[in-house]
Amino acid sequence: MTVEERRLDGNAIGGLLREIFTMEMTAAQATCAGCGAINAVGRVIVYVDAPGTVVRCPECESVLMRIVHGRGRYWVDMSGTRSLEFAEG
Amino acid sequence: MGFISRGFRGKRRDVASSSRVPPGQYVVTDFPVLSAGPTPRVNLDKWTFTIEGEIDEPKRWTWKELIALPSETVTKDIHCVTKWSKLDTIWKGVSVDKLMDGVDTAAEFTTIFSDGGYTTNLPLDDITGNKAWVVYEFDGQPLPPEHGGPVRFLVPHLYFWKSAKWVRGIRLEKEDHPGFWESNGYNMYGDPWREQRYWGD
Repeated sequence: MTVEERRLDGNAIGGLLREIFTMEMTAAQATCAGCGAINAVGRVIVYVDAPGTVVRCPECESVLMRIVHGRGRYWVDMSGTRSLEFAEG
Repeated sequence: MGFISRGFRGKRRDVASSSRVPPGQYVVTDFPVLSAGPTPRVNLDKWTFTIEGEIDEPKRWTWKELIALPSETVTKDIHCVTKWSKLDTIWKGVSVDKLMDGVDTAAEFTTIFSDGGYTTNLPLDDITGNKAWVVYEFDGQPLPPEHGGPVRFLVPHLYFWKSAKWVRGIRLEKEDHPGFWESNGYNMYGDPWREQRYWGD
């Protein structure tokens, strides 16, 4: 399978984001810091076959989030997400 | 009296203890594909490899110029931070020493940069002295795009995320600037023999 065939949508990280935010996040709206596109987290592009999880904008492919999980810790880089909007739990 | 089997662990993969396999790694015979983004489409007619940064004039090679340089074929073990190691991988390319011939620089660090925006940082001493190559063949064949072709970086003594796929150049720097993974949890140096996987290792 090619890399393109193995890329996933944001529903693939629903469980991971629930661990971090302790609530359902796939309906949250993420604004790309690169192009300004707003997409539900469930619609973004996800690469999981990497040292961490890389979340990309479905419009411009720039990185929205990088999530690394190891040694009992998470590292979450959201510098590519200008805003993350979600309803209170 | 119970009998305790220490030999049966279901589907757990063997953690090899050979002197060639760093701690926490297991040996694979396939070649897993890891990717943080889409595979770039590379036009070789417009492709260049550049050494820039702390250098008087950037040095630049076209694809044809790069493959015309004296090449080396090296056999190396590679170690991915996701815990697989692959032994005796065969690569053909140009040593960084050859590319750095005649370069006078005050830099002590480098950032390797790639198509697609990937970067990784390495001390200059870790890519010179016969330790790193810019490679365009794997196992006697042109390097496939999913493994970083047409050209990837190869620095096999460090974790394989340092061996950037789709490489386009080396930026010479006075200070150590964290790259794509190093800026979010992964180790600045990445020595597999000391298990330097994450920040603080």
